[in-house]
Amino acid sequence: MAEIRLEGVAHSYDGGKTYALNPITMTWEDGRAYALLGPSGCGKTTLLNIISGLLKPSEGKVFIDGKDVTDVITDNRNIAQVFQFPVLYDTMSVRKNLEFPLKNRKVSRAKITERVNEIAELLGIEDDLDSKPSKLRSDLQQIVSLGRGLVREDVSAILFDEPLTVIDQNFKWTLRNRLKRLHVATGVTVVYVTHDQTEALTFADEVLVMNKGSLVQAGTAESLFLEPQHEFVGYFIGSPGMNFLDVEANSSLLTHNGREIGKASKAGLNGTHRFGVRPEFLIPSTKSGLEFKVDRIEDRGVFKLVHLSKDDFKFIAKTEESYEAKVGGKATFSFDPKRAFVYDMNQMAVSTVSPSSEGGN
Amino acid sequence: MDAKKKNNKAWFLVLPVVFVVAFTAIIPLMAVANYSLQDIQGADNRIFVGLDFFKRVATDPNIQDAFARNLTLSMQVLLIQIPLGIFLARLMPKSGWKASAALVVVAIPLIIPWNVVGTTWRIFTRSDIGLGGVLVNKFTEYNLSESTFDAWVTILVMDTWHWTPLVTLLVYAGLRSIPQAYYQAAAIDGASALAVFRFVELPKLKRVLMIALLLRFMDSFMMYTEPFVVTGGGPGSSTQTLSILLTTIAIGQFDIGVAGAFSLMYFLFIQIFSFLFFTVLTLDERPGATKVTPKDKRKSREEKEEQPVNSKLKKVLK
Repeated sequence: MAEIRLEGVAHSYDGGKTYALNPITMTWEDGRAYALLGPSGCGKTTLLNIISGLLKPSEGKVFIDGKDVTDVITDNRNIAQVFQFPVLYDTMSVRKNLEFPLKNRKVSRAKITERVNEIAELLGIEDDLDSKPSKLRSDLQQIVSLGRGLVREDVSAILFDEPLTVIDQNFKWTLRNRLKRLHVATGVTVVYVTHDQTEALTFADEVLVMNKGSLVQAGTAESLFLEPQHEFVGYFIGSPGMNFLDVEANSSLLTHNGREIGKASKAGLNGTHRFGVRPEFLIPSTKSGLEFKVDRIEDRGVFKLVHLSKDDFKFIAKTEESYEAKVGGKATFSFDPKRAFVYDMNQMAVSTVSPSSEGGN
Repeated sequence: MDAKKKNNKAWFLVLPVVFVVAFTAIIPLMAVANYSLQDIQGADNRIFVGLDFFKRVATDPNIQDAFARNLTLSMQVLLIQIPLGIFLARLMPKSGWKASAALVVVAIPLIIPWNVVGTTWRIFTRSDIGLGGVLVNKFTEYNLSESTFDAWVTILVMDTWHWTPLVTLLVYAGLRSIPQAYYQAAAIDGASALAVFRFVELPKLKRVLMIALLLRFMDSFMMYTEPFVVTGGGPGSSTQTLSILLTTIAIGQFDIGVAGAFSLMYFLFIQIFSFLFFTVLTLDERPGATKVTPKDKRKSREEKEEQPVNSKLKKVLK
């Protein structure tokens, strides 16, 4: 069990020309479950490998429980890592696989047996101990490879690198639940890397969204959804993602091609910005709001996706199942003033936006 | 309802292959089988002798000696070249221009024609003017046309130089196909370099090594050109391989009947040996080799899993 702290950790694979990971300073608290969420190639695996010690960061320091471990090799960091696909020693039985890390550390025979039985019970693989791992279902194989990490005592943290990638669809959720329960049972710090937002949001206490080698926002599933601080979070989390529109700010009044969109709550906003609102917070309105043409309505069973267009831009609204509108006809939509944002040139949220009172037509 | 009428004309496309294989393999082989069963004295004078020639081949002391000699040579070749090939492959750079350069250097012996290899080594090992021969003579007396030991070692070294690269290339390709995660997992598990080789690399190289073993066995058991050029099978018959002996019988002595029987037995031996080899090495990959947990047990376990996981939040918030 441990607290992991990164101080200005950055990594470049080509000697400083390009950075796979931009400097990050943060603390991973003991016993919490974190998810690193981001598209492929955003640097999340690099960050994971730096924590486990497989990769030495080109800059910065890594601390585990206040001890500088930047130069400590993987072997001595007491970190369990589970990879994208089950990594097992095919020639060994499940039991031998679990014994392997302890044997390498010259633990006594009696202690090994005790520990392996304990872990097998915890993971629910007692009955499979004498099978060859290749005979097990893929989710159980993943469990066994996790077990190899856990079998060592005083595991500081468990790192999961997209552990559900190759698991059969039917067993993905079973395995995810198992991993979650295991986190509860052991109380070990968990870092879970994924590009699947549902996996991340349901697994972790805190989700860290990464893009292009930088951490863009950290927070609970709720805060990432309701208050995306970075355009990327708005775009990446949620399905469909946030609606964006280029706007010109003039003393906080936002216009697009001269058409008034809304007013930023922060005073004195000027220049080019982007306006963003999630489909969930575009609300059908009878009074004020923007009048759109309804292009298409997708009925998803429990909700509807209304595809709207106006002048040169298109929005998508997520409405209740009961919403009715004529395709090709007009519809007026407003937005929730707490849930609409304006982003600056650095893609960072600078203010919330309230809809124009006069309707903006 | 004649929609199901089958058109089997595609089979005609196989004809060219049948034709080519017939002329390159089946007909010559049948001709050999024909020679082996009858004693042909002249165009009109032939006597059917049944398996007499096969019995003669099986009991001929020269052939027996050559067989034992060639088998010994093949085993020594495997014992030296497989470990050496693996060793070299592990030393080779993994990526970048160094990897390309190493591959080219390693592959050079493979693209040299057998005859040229023989001739090169014939000159290289001469004790009067050969670079290798003269050098070795400085330390110990070396003469491959007089010493059977020297001749044997020379053949072995030459074949190792010529063919170890094949093993190296195969193993190198095999090593590169092992995902990095296996090495990372081994590092986390605190595995020693030896353990990584034994438990990660070797199992993953199994298929590739089997191919290397089979190829090297077959090639060395059929070795002809290089010893023929370097030692001519001598001194005496100390480096005479089965192929050299067969050529002597067939062309030198023109004993076609015996040579035919010899060829067929030679061919069959390699076939059977390779088959057994393959079967033994793939024994554990047969279905049902390891026990599988019964399905019903598995099911009850999954039902257990579907318990709520809300306790987690409490624990975290404490």
